[in-house]
Amino acid sequence: MDPFDLGPHAGFIIACYFITISVVAGLIAWVVLDRRQLNKALNELEEQGIKRARGNQAQS
Amino acid sequence: MAIWDYANPTRFMRLADRILPWLIGICVIAFAIGLYKSFFMAPEDYQQGDTVRIMFIHVPAAWLAMMCYSVMALSSIGTLVWKHPLADVSAKCAALIGAAFTFISLVTGSLWGKPMWGTYWVWDARLTSVLVLFIMYLGLMALWRTMEDPIKAGKAAAVLTLVGALNLPIIKFSVDWWNTLHQPASVMRLDGPTIHPDMLVPLLVMAFAFSVLFFVLHLRAMQNEVLRRRVRTMRQKAAASARPAAATATTQPAE
Repeated sequence: MDPFDLGPHAGFIIACYFITISVVAGLIAWVVLDRRQLNKALNELEEQGIKRARGNQAQS
Repeated sequence: MAIWDYANPTRFMRLADRILPWLIGICVIAFAIGLYKSFFMAPEDYQQGDTVRIMFIHVPAAWLAMMCYSVMALSSIGTLVWKHPLADVSAKCAALIGAAFTFISLVTGSLWGKPMWGTYWVWDARLTSVLVLFIMYLGLMALWRTMEDPIKAGKAAAVLTLVGALNLPIIKFSVDWWNTLHQPASVMRLDGPTIHPDMLVPLLVMAFAFSVLFFVLHLRAMQNEVLRRRVRTMRQKAAASARPAAATATTQPAE
């Protein structure tokens, strides 16, 4: 069994894995970039002297 | 500790921060084992040849598509019945992830269908009901975006989510109730799986990896949503404190 020989329908198999990896990478990028943006917005607001209600601690 | 103790977003954020590194580690290891088994251990199918390897991503993605919606439906009950403050956060954050997994299952199914069935798409019950699920996800995401107040949006979306949950049994039993090109269930059956263990084990490992991936993304997205609401509240607070000053400034020249 040669895992690198995917037979006559290799294109379909590779396309499936490529699309799945791309979508999952997109989801990971979404949560990471969103977090970065939100942390930036929180820091900017705190620098302006706006405090959070009930004095919650900042999250990383 | 009761579930109500995690109704406090700060406590939830702290707990999620503690759990996430472990979940990420488990997810990476599970995918490494699953992909190794899918490509190096699982044999070719006697009819489908190597295209059976599409199953190792298509089936977990399809399961996750339904699981995400089930999580949203349970969260919606939490929003409407118990008014749990994190329930609508959970429902909102599961929508995009569910839409992504549904998209993966539709596209990989279509790419698997072409060499096996001779067509990318047929309007049969299973494929159509999954397409309806995908449209439901997009509709719910649009609904959340149309309302500025997240609490009001959460309640409206919760009602729609529960109505849409009727589609879940239709998806599951569509292959039994109607004639379809799609094969009937071969893993979750009362009489046990009909797949050989050489293919079943990689499939279950991949399903586990996908499930852990969902929990990682969902927890992280929920943390982001809690932070987004904090930013929103702080901006409202800033605007409210700036308003009297602005009003004084605009009335002064007239005096």
